[in-house]
Amino acid sequence: MMQKAKIDIKGLNFFFEQKQVIKELNLEIPDNRIMGVFGPAGSGITTLLRTLNRLSDLTAGARQEGEILLDGKNIFDTDVNVTELRRRVGMVFDVPTPLPMSIFDNVALGPRMGGMKSKTDLEEKVETSLRMSALWDDVKDRLDTPAARLSGGQQQRLCIARVLALEPEVILLDRPCSALDPISTAKIEESLVQLKEQYTIVIAPHTVQQAGRIADRVAFMLMGDLIEQGYTQEVFSFPKDKRTNDYLTGRFG
Amino acid sequence: MKMNANTSQKIAKFTIWAAALFVIAILFSIIAYILVKGIPMLSWEFLTDIPRDMGRSGGISSSIVGTLVVTAVAVIVATPFGIGTAVYLTEYTREGRITRIIRFSAESLAGIPSIVYGLFGFIFFVIYLNMGWSILSGGLTMAIMILPTIIRTSEEAIRTVPQLYREVGFSLGLTKLQTITRTVLPSALPGIVNGVILSIGRCVAETAAVILTAGSALRMPESLFSPTRTMAVHFYILAREGISMDNAYGTAALLIILILLLNVGFNMLVNRFIAKGR
Repeated sequence: MMQKAKIDIKGLNFFFEQKQVIKELNLEIPDNRIMGVFGPAGSGITTLLRTLNRLSDLTAGARQEGEILLDGKNIFDTDVNVTELRRRVGMVFDVPTPLPMSIFDNVALGPRMGGMKSKTDLEEKVETSLRMSALWDDVKDRLDTPAARLSGGQQQRLCIARVLALEPEVILLDRPCSALDPISTAKIEESLVQLKEQYTIVIAPHTVQQAGRIADRVAFMLMGDLIEQGYTQEVFSFPKDKRTNDYLTGRFG
Repeated sequence: MKMNANTSQKIAKFTIWAAALFVIAILFSIIAYILVKGIPMLSWEFLTDIPRDMGRSGGISSSIVGTLVVTAVAVIVATPFGIGTAVYLTEYTREGRITRIIRFSAESLAGIPSIVYGLFGFIFFVIYLNMGWSILSGGLTMAIMILPTIIRTSEEAIRTVPQLYREVGFSLGLTKLQTITRTVLPSALPGIVNGVILSIGRCVAETAAVILTAGSALRMPESLFSPTRTMAVHFYILAREGISMDNAYGTAALLIILILLLNVGFNMLVNRFIAKGR
């Protein structure tokens, strides 16, 4: 049975100036699962992720139609506080983005700006977040050093910790391992599988294999269309659509 | 005669090398000349005593203090306005008529000769606002003078911050202002600091505009409303009036050393500050 839907996308159309990037998309994203949205570059996957926390608002010339219900509430409603929405729906980008400050300050930034003042609260928040992203043991003795000195994989886990510190409900990851080596990738995948106990995770994997390894459900997108979706095993073993099959078997993409 | 490609390559290389050497040679000979003539004049007394007998004897302590304070006033006033304008231009407007007008104004300001700023400062601060010849008049005039530099360097620095940094800020639930102060400005800081250092150099070296606004008093300034004679002005008057070439060289040498120390010191301070993040 399908889990209760955390996010319910209904009839989403997304336009960038004259170009339609997402076409009439309907998708339910279940709670406490990893949803993998895959497809060739330019299919509208990044746009879809950016729409889920309205980061797409920042793109000049973009507009959308349709609804995205988060716990039943349309995120495009005028009374939605976008800042709060982005705290509930966190985002990790395709390249690691440590800010020019210490490891501690990177993780503490979100809670601080959200009004957390007490030093002990912040320390605790930073520690739990870093533990959850499996970075704590690597950095616990050098929290004051610049985040830029971490390796690429560590930086990306820092970015995940930074999002976790916001206590989000949904975590969006846009090809989070595309710039990383296989060992770092494995570590991140391992943490994601643990994190899904508490969070709803939507990931754009950088390879089909990654979707196969960690996603519970997958959705295949092509040129802005959602071609098919379902349990990972089913879609991968018995794709209903020929295009899905062609993509999975490497005939294009 | 047709030249061998290798030969022309060698000639080109030599010419370029010679040009670079020539520039460096000029710079070093000026600095060396001033330092050789000036450093023997430097003594503890020269640094700590005020000028006596119009500058023929005594030291230049009041000028050192005057220079530092005028520069400080200028930088402290101009930096927030400059960064604010740059942030407005880069983050709060789309390119359009207003940004073009602001940018054109800033660039026009940059092209005005300093004596014109001096005249404006004299009429507006010294006379109209009745602030007299004072450190404050001089500092505010300098502030207007260096504003375009700070605006332009800050704007460039902010523009080179990748868009991704802003998205990271917003995606962490930061407001626009928080995103700018927490993610954009820290990333742009080294560039902004460069502009400030450049401006400090201009303030310390400025003569014409300071004579007209801060005056040329030799006594130790007591407050921001005291007149003062900055080192550049002191040097100018000593040399122009033929009062004491020796002391003029001493002042010039100290001026060069001071600019060097300010640059190095400021850089170190900022590096220590941003080392936390880099």
